[in-house]
Amino acid sequence: MSIFIDENTKVVYQGLTGSQGRYYGLLNRDYGTQVVAGTNPKKAGTDVEGIPIFASVADAVEATGANVSCVFIPAAGVRNAVLEAAEGGVELVVVITEGVPMHDEAYFFNKLKADYPDVRLLGPNCPGLISPGKANIGITAGHIAKEGGPVGIVSRSGTLTYQALYELKQKDIGCTTCVGIGGDPVPGTSFIDCLAAFEADPETEAVMMIGEIGGSAEEEAAEFIAANVSKPVVAYIAGLTAPPGKKMGHAGAIVSGGKGTAQAKMDALAAAGVRIGQSPSEAGDIMAKVVAQL
Amino acid sequence: MDLFEYQGKQFFASYGMPVSPGEAVTTVHDAVAAAERLGTPVMVKAQVHTGGRGKAGGVKFAPDIDAVRTHASNILGLDIRGHIVENLWIEKASDIAEEYYVSFTLDRSAKAHLGMLSAEGGVEIETVAEENPDAIAKIWVDPVEGLSQDQCRQWVLAANLNPDVTDQTVELLLKLYKAYTTGDADLVEINPLIVTPEGKVHVLDAKVTLDGNAGFRHDLAPFDATQPRDEREAAAHAKGLQYVGLEGSVGVIANGAGLAMSTVDVVNQVGGKPANFLDIGGGANADVMAGALEVINNDPDVQSIFINIFGGITRGEEVANGIIEAMNRVDIASPIVIRLDGTNADEGRALLQPHLSDRLMMAPTMLEAAREAVALAEGAAS
Repeated sequence: MSIFIDENTKVVYQGLTGSQGRYYGLLNRDYGTQVVAGTNPKKAGTDVEGIPIFASVADAVEATGANVSCVFIPAAGVRNAVLEAAEGGVELVVVITEGVPMHDEAYFFNKLKADYPDVRLLGPNCPGLISPGKANIGITAGHIAKEGGPVGIVSRSGTLTYQALYELKQKDIGCTTCVGIGGDPVPGTSFIDCLAAFEADPETEAVMMIGEIGGSAEEEAAEFIAANVSKPVVAYIAGLTAPPGKKMGHAGAIVSGGKGTAQAKMDALAAAGVRIGQSPSEAGDIMAKVVAQL
Repeated sequence: MDLFEYQGKQFFASYGMPVSPGEAVTTVHDAVAAAERLGTPVMVKAQVHTGGRGKAGGVKFAPDIDAVRTHASNILGLDIRGHIVENLWIEKASDIAEEYYVSFTLDRSAKAHLGMLSAEGGVEIETVAEENPDAIAKIWVDPVEGLSQDQCRQWVLAANLNPDVTDQTVELLLKLYKAYTTGDADLVEINPLIVTPEGKVHVLDAKVTLDGNAGFRHDLAPFDATQPRDEREAAAHAKGLQYVGLEGSVGVIANGAGLAMSTVDVVNQVGGKPANFLDIGGGANADVMAGALEVINNDPDVQSIFINIFGGITRGEEVANGIIEAMNRVDIASPIVIRLDGTNADEGRALLQPHLSDRLMMAPTMLEAAREAVALAEGAAS
């Protein structure tokens, strides 16, 4: 099993005709993902390497049965793209685009919650998600992940996620699903959403969580873990020595007013029984021990 | 993007909020001329991107022109929490009967906008929050629904302000919310929001942080021009690199924000001091790598460079070729330690092998690479 996406997932790419959308859309198809459509209102009726282009997500869903959308639209167009996807009838909208204004994110997150409560949003500013061997949606390098289980991964960082996948593969440990929730202030899917889904997934037996400075999502996850997660969780938090008041690459990675520090997050997670790695590699080593004892 | 107080006031004024007349100046001569035009008494206010101006002597009341001259010459050049004052705001002085506090910002946990209003303004809101949390009336605003007149009125009533100014305050807060949302601000704060002896509600200070991501629908150039400049940061941003200047001697280059943060951490963990955070993004081609190396190379404090790359879709060979080509283009002053892992790392390392020397080293793990880079930096410093 896997969470959110599997071999039956059919994906429409908003922005497939752009350079980034085309590059990753085709890579995702090469991986084995069912890439069934792209959208571009000016290029409906054409195709990208055999993938048909439709004027809208609704048209693509009707014609192909796509149930997930992946957004590669430039930041200025993301707000409309997300609403179009939700209205078009997909179950999951994955927004890869970086640099979306905070007020747009806050708006479409709440709009979906109110009007399309069954539509899941992932991102913006995220690497996407992969259920190794089944489907890969976004910018993750598929071959660095070993299919199967028993580990589920959820992360705010792209490269550290790849590193986690890669280290687990080198230790011959598989991954059910790896979800990059992204580094923005209003992530569509939270640590808690993923932890709940992994807890419910019979094939996932342990969870790797990669957090970073800023906000309180890790502290909220710690509370959730203490109350609701029976499976072992291993975590790494980046930014222990980041200076306060500076955005560290990600819009949401900022310690402000003494809040959102890595130490506070590690303390909260440790208190909830989560094992903490001081570096990404150490987290990988701890996970290997956890898996050996399952 | 933090605005100066006077820019914040101009921003608020453009949404119809009442602010005092004033002029931004950079010299004592211009300060005096401004005060003559405005008419004394005036306030002479340091414009810096930090709080605590008043305590540091950066805000002074000037009853006459002589006082303007004295205060302006004292405040210009003043060091306020590491910020040297180069700009002054000369503003017509206001009489104050009452001081309030108001702000809007995003509550990341609630995923809604949070408004805070208090009758105890003019002091740091953190102090009020600690000592008398009940004195702050909070409102959570749904970003889709927005702030209605009724909600706003309930909020103002909950804050126990002077009942005579309820209507004016409601009107002003609705404008403030509009400025916050349609102006794409991450934060708007007025402290103090005052009531004059004549009973007028008036903006006396302004703290505004705009969202740099919304530059496609606002002209942010005037505000960008007055951002505090770390020359290294300016050079890096011009090359499209994510850079944060730090105080140490180990230059850091990594691909991905998380990995770059992690690299800074590991340098600190082994007892070193990173000179910077630098994220070159997902790929690592020669152009990007050369640009990153140039930025690091121009930092005189850098004694060694730690390049930490994890190949994902970008393969190890491409990364290695990028580094080799970049090193041919840039004459690099400090020794480099590379950690290369991920997709085709072995092939990449094989390409780097013939180029290794005491100026270019390779380490198998992040930790070992950090230790080597720190040892090199310390060796160079001693």
